[in-house]
Amino acid sequence: MSKAIIKIEDLKREFTMGTETVHALRGISFDIKEGEFVTIMGSSGSGKSTMLNILGCLDQPTSGTYEIDGVRVKDLSRNELATIRNEKIGFIFQSYNLLARTSAIENVELPLLYNSKVSTEERRKRAIEALEKVGLGERLHHTPSQLSGGQQQRVAIARSLVNNPVMILADEATGNLDTRTSYEIMSLFQELNKQGITITFVTHEPDIATFSSRTIVLKDGEVMQDYNNHNVQSAANELAKLPKQDD
Amino acid sequence: MRLLNLFKIATKAIVLNKTRTLLTMLGIIIGVASVIAMLAIGEGSKESIRTTISAMGSNMITVKAGADTRGGVRQEASVMESLTLSDYKAIKKQATLLSYSTPVVEGKGQVINGSNNWPSSIYGVNPEYLNIKVVDLQSGSMFTDAEVQTAAKVALIGQTVVDNVFPDGEEPVGQMIRFNNIPFKVIGVLEEKGENTFGQDQDDVVIAPYTTVQKRILAITHLNQIMASAVSEEEAPNAVLEVSQILREQHKLMDTEDDDFHVRSMEELISTFSSTSEMLTILLVAVASISLLIGGIGIMNIMYVSVKERTKEIGLRMAVGAKGADILMQFLIEAILISITGGVLGVILGLGATVFIEKFLNWPTSVALYSIVISFAVCAVTGIFFGWYPARKASALDPITALRYE
Repeated sequence: MSKAIIKIEDLKREFTMGTETVHALRGISFDIKEGEFVTIMGSSGSGKSTMLNILGCLDQPTSGTYEIDGVRVKDLSRNELATIRNEKIGFIFQSYNLLARTSAIENVELPLLYNSKVSTEERRKRAIEALEKVGLGERLHHTPSQLSGGQQQRVAIARSLVNNPVMILADEATGNLDTRTSYEIMSLFQELNKQGITITFVTHEPDIATFSSRTIVLKDGEVMQDYNNHNVQSAANELAKLPKQDD
Repeated sequence: MRLLNLFKIATKAIVLNKTRTLLTMLGIIIGVASVIAMLAIGEGSKESIRTTISAMGSNMITVKAGADTRGGVRQEASVMESLTLSDYKAIKKQATLLSYSTPVVEGKGQVINGSNNWPSSIYGVNPEYLNIKVVDLQSGSMFTDAEVQTAAKVALIGQTVVDNVFPDGEEPVGQMIRFNNIPFKVIGVLEEKGENTFGQDQDDVVIAPYTTVQKRILAITHLNQIMASAVSEEEAPNAVLEVSQILREQHKLMDTEDDDFHVRSMEELISTFSSTSEMLTILLVAVASISLLIGGIGIMNIMYVSVKERTKEIGLRMAVGAKGADILMQFLIEAILISITGGVLGVILGLGATVFIEKFLNWPTSVALYSIVISFAVCAVTGIFFGWYPARKASALDPITALRYE
């Protein structure tokens, strides 16, 4: 039995809007084990984004416990949170969030720049490895404007891999991509998952969930469903089934 | 290591935004350059005034007879005959703050050598005159005390006189000239001094023993002036007081009576001139400080806009592990780099401008080291000061809101 990377217990998050208190999360509990590919689904207002922020150590829960890789996140300072994000989490965003006019390799190096344990040579080496892993070994020095949307997201994925995180956290990572490209990206995620990388994917698209091994559905700040997907679709197969493009 | 990385990040950001950076720098560059150039002009003017004066003998003290009133008509000082040789002797004997002194009698006349003649002035003095006026001899020698006592007909002449009465370039020393028909033997030529600050040709002179000029040319017994030099420039004001005191006793003036003479030191001239140029410097510094301040505000503006514009980038950096301090340092380093680079370019431009002003506009300049140090320090401080606020703002951003910022 593989160990739990994420342990969440009775997690609550409240926001105060003027005099009203908004309960974004109303007591959520689940674990994520090493090597899992989890999609967190939910419509807007379900608490999905709040969950993502807390999982990503960008935000702190009001109550309850959140443990990532054995570290209790609650009560950590801003700086300690930054270190956790730097060493344990790889972020992927819907809009890629690459630095403009900056080459792919430099974009990938970015997280390591904030880790003083990594030397310049190692940083470069690891960035090249990560880019090769996502199939961009030939485009190390291209800037985002010279890359397609799918390629830009691959750079972002390489960036999330470069610090060897315990978990990759993707926020609507295919939201800006067409179906074909998003299937390509999903098949890359599946491949990485097969290599043992834990992935948590926040999305509202049900077909994305079919590619994951487990789905957690949130509604009104509570877990509505949490089920293992016994019939995981292969994104590569789905991609092959798509009608051929004429161009 | 960490700082080195932040340094790299900051330089990268600067290089990526060349135009914006350059425009920001321009404020600092012009600020620093104008401080240096303006102070150089100010210092140069001050120095040139001082050297001009010190060429006249900056510790020089002159005593002239005071103006008198005859029948309600005020008289020119030169017609007064109240300054006498015994006044000079009293000063010579009693004054402790004077290193040299000489009686001066002056007259105008025609210098004649063969068929050449030239109108000039003759000054009757003693050998100490050269020390007081800070004049060297170009050739020949000064007359001696013995020649003064015997009223010898010897003279030294200035370059202008040489040019006009010895037009063929013959050696004047040893030749005979006539001044108002009195023959003089030329025993020396004064080194060229050019014009003084008031445009008088200092080389258009004939110098002779005062006894000779008194008896043989002017036929007078009084003195026109007494010239002396104070032991030092600092002591010059005290020497003025001392000489005044001696002369008051000598002229038996009551306490209620005004001086019937004028004692002047160059110190007064110097302070008048330097206070003028001091004011000039203050004015220039004020103008320059304003341009530095504007440059600084320019930096703040750009950094502020830059923080806003890069909010999303800051959010991303924080998401991948940048701490608040990292972001703060990044922006601070950026601001400091901009202001220091601007400062260096400004110093170069300022020095260039100074050379240009000196060479092509013929304005005396002098680059003071302090102006470089000050303007450079000010611009570094400006960078930190005006970079701090936007950097602080950037570091305090919430990563969630920063990431969502559009």
